[in-house]
Amino acid sequence: MAGIALENYGTYDRANVVRRFGRGDTRFRLLTLGAALLVVAIFLGVLFALVDGAWPAIKAFGLPFLWTEKWNPVTEKFGALAPIYGTLVTSFVAMMIAVPTGIGIAIFLTEICPNALKRPISIAIELLAGIPSIIYGIWGLFILAPFLQSTIQPWLIEVFANVPVLSTLFEGPPYGIGVFTAALILSIMILPFISAVTRDVFETVPPMLKEAAYGLGCTRWEVMWHVVLPYSRTGVVGGGMLALGRALGETMAITFVIGNAHRISPSLLAPGTTISAAIANEFTEALGDLYVPSLIELGLILFFITFLVLAAAQLLLRRLEASGGKR
Amino acid sequence: MKPIFRRLTALSVGVAAGVFAVQALAADMTGAGATFPYPIYAKWAEAYRAKTGIGLNYQSIGSGGGIAQIKAKTVDFGASDKPLSPGELDAAGLTQFPTVIGGVVPVVNIPGIKAGELVLDGKTLADICLGTIKYWDDAAIKKLNPSANLPHLAVVGVHRSDGSGTSFIFTNYLSKKSPAWASQVGAATSVEWPSGIGAKGNEGVAGNVKQTNGALGYVEYAYAKQNNLTYVRMINKDGKAVSPTAEAFQAASAKADWVHSKGFYVVLTDQPGAASWPIAGATFILVYKNPPDAAKTADVLKFFKWAYAEGDKMATDLDYVPLPDSTIAAIAKSWHENIQGVGM
Amino acid sequence: MNSVLYARRRFTDRMFLVLSVAAAGFGLMFLGLILYTLLVQGFGGISLKVFTENTPPPGSDGGLLNAMIGSVVMSVLAVAVGTPVGILAGTYLAEYGRHTRLASAIRFFNDILLSAPSIVIGLFIYELLVIQMGHFSAIAGAASLAVIVIPVVVRTTENMLLLVPNSLREAGTALGAPMSFVIRSVTWRAARAGIVTGALLAVARISGETAPLLFTALNNQFGSWNLNAPMASLPAVIFQFAMSPYEDWHRLAWAGALLVTLAVLSLSIAARVMESSKRN
Repeated sequence: MAGIALENYGTYDRANVVRRFGRGDTRFRLLTLGAALLVVAIFLGVLFALVDGAWPAIKAFGLPFLWTEKWNPVTEKFGALAPIYGTLVTSFVAMMIAVPTGIGIAIFLTEICPNALKRPISIAIELLAGIPSIIYGIWGLFILAPFLQSTIQPWLIEVFANVPVLSTLFEGPPYGIGVFTAALILSIMILPFISAVTRDVFETVPPMLKEAAYGLGCTRWEVMWHVVLPYSRTGVVGGGMLALGRALGETMAITFVIGNAHRISPSLLAPGTTISAAIANEFTEALGDLYVPSLIELGLILFFITFLVLAAAQLLLRRLEASGGKR
Repeated sequence: MKPIFRRLTALSVGVAAGVFAVQALAADMTGAGATFPYPIYAKWAEAYRAKTGIGLNYQSIGSGGGIAQIKAKTVDFGASDKPLSPGELDAAGLTQFPTVIGGVVPVVNIPGIKAGELVLDGKTLADICLGTIKYWDDAAIKKLNPSANLPHLAVVGVHRSDGSGTSFIFTNYLSKKSPAWASQVGAATSVEWPSGIGAKGNEGVAGNVKQTNGALGYVEYAYAKQNNLTYVRMINKDGKAVSPTAEAFQAASAKADWVHSKGFYVVLTDQPGAASWPIAGATFILVYKNPPDAAKTADVLKFFKWAYAEGDKMATDLDYVPLPDSTIAAIAKSWHENIQGVGM
Repeated sequence: MNSVLYARRRFTDRMFLVLSVAAAGFGLMFLGLILYTLLVQGFGGISLKVFTENTPPPGSDGGLLNAMIGSVVMSVLAVAVGTPVGILAGTYLAEYGRHTRLASAIRFFNDILLSAPSIVIGLFIYELLVIQMGHFSAIAGAASLAVIVIPVVVRTTENMLLLVPNSLREAGTALGAPMSFVIRSVTWRAARAGIVTGALLAVARISGETAPLLFTALNNQFGSWNLNAPMASLPAVIFQFAMSPYEDWHRLAWAGALLVTLAVLSLSIAARVMESSKRN
């Protein structure tokens, strides 16, 4: 039987075929390995290019660059404290607004929303992620900032005027632009990431777990809080980290509304700057031996911050998974 | 992959490469630099191409970028709102010449004050920007405006957050009129502003000024005119209060001593003349004295020669101020003396 | 039954559900505001000329043709280069190196590149290509976009390949096929829709990118097919026109913004539709 089937293929040299397969197999494997290593090469290339470009500034300012607030292009004295502070504060405030809202949207979409509306609304929320950031910037500058200046900011200043800590946080003349406006726009931009990931993760929760809780008489909120959220903890944190990474690096939207002052103010309503906004604003016009390298050093610092955030996220996720049991 | 697909792919890649490669031969002149003159260079380039078929690709990446690119020889000419000093020019082997003039106009937002109503002088303006003068009804401002109804409103300074030639011209003027400004802040395309908010581009500054009560900002003339902003009249070197107009800018240029300034190193701030606007500035072109590609540089010079001769109306239509004839003559002479191998 | 406790639980339940609805309303409101502004301003600037003429100097009439062509050319190049690299790398991570430490490291670096600010990528290509080549070029622009495409495709490919059940792979191997053959004819085919989705998402991502192009492809007033010279792109043109004082440039900027947004949105929707149809 085997002989008849093989005869149809003419002379069948098994050893030859296996050899051919083997060669092609190795080649393919090396090809994919090469592509994967190319990714690493790109990463190292970016790192090297940044260090190379920033070297004159690193040599001139050393480590104190990280905690110096001064930024004077005329005397060529630069310090990264204000941009770093701005980057961290805007991202933090944006996360504080976006995380509860994003989770809220996910809860809405999975629990409350009528089935017919689920698709359109979830697509609508994701459309927010598709709008290019430069449009957020222009919209923020021309529409959001004036609105905040005339209505929300004076209200905030008045309401918190006599509250001990919050009065310094919301102090100052209402400019419209500033750290708070930038953080608000940033939160709208990262909202879809959090809500999309959270909703996907919510949908993977086994219905049996939820039904068990309902069976015990839990309200919808209690099921969310005690069953669904703990189960999808890992995914929610992952989504949050993704959003944070996006927030840290956002350039165009923030550049228009942050007010661009290389100063640290305790008030959220004051102007500030972030690393990406400083680079975008000043790179093309920068003149001088230390100005451009200082800007590139800012880029290097941002690269490191992103690196640290991702490493922290990995550790956090690994610990969550370990304590929650591997899925 | 099947052999036929492989051959087809190779063929189409080859054709595409050929099409793209052929284009490489018909290259245009390239220039890069200041954002301020981009609109007029673009306008001239379009008209010039229609007339001669030679294109000029100008990219407004900023004065700093323009200087860096021409030093790196990656473009045929650089453009800068800030002129290089004779020392810097010699060190790099470059020569420069101005093309058009623009003005920087302080604009304000004070309830009850209309365009052209407020008068300021250099020292007061510097004090406002330094933060020494905090309210609009300060004695110094009142002295210059005895009949104006100035409210007790806090001054909010608005400056450019991105580096720009406009900032350079403005801070250069302030440095000339206020020793305190010169020592504390200085003049550059990007400085450490002692107070106020930074906004991106002329749009950002104007937008902020419009929306903030008590704001004072500075914008390019074209922008102030196009958007009907509340401009300020300035007291010039001769003590006269002038409005920002094309004539006032040209007056500033006419009185400037272009001919005896090596490399046309003149910043048109605080120029003498009864009709001169004190915060004007020209924008400059940088080329090599011994150009690496003499034919290309000759093309560039021919383009600007044409622009000086035929481009005035286009410039005024866009609210730029063309150079006076005496300056143009001096430029032609400078080309002849400084730039080798181009036959100009 | 403790009615006080029950009432409190019901109240908490209601309150948080109301907050969830409010959250959704918050998101939708902003989406509505932004899209409304975009549509009103954008449509005001759209005309046939936008699609047939090049970018004009201020005061003249014109369109966005060279910008659109430039964006398409550079995006196509970026995807043509970046997608194969991304798919192959993702294949390695999912198939060959699934539990190795090398793969974990590569995945980590890939995630950093994925979250890296695009302006940093632009600086990298500027140092690498623009300075070495001596001028700005569309090739540099495409390269910076490719560097942004690769991590996206790697991540989605790996995720999609991991979803393919092992039984399919085992079936192929059981028939005597070597691993590379199994990957190419079984696994890739099974994950095909997901991989295409990844490519679409990558294109959507680079369509709106401005910062990297500012330092690499620059911009070009005229139409050009020359890859070795600066090339216009929609985001760069929008950026430049929006910041100018000229009304006609503003209108074109909004029109361009509308076009870019529509392109990105339709790609995202297409990706979503493909993904869900595959699941069904």
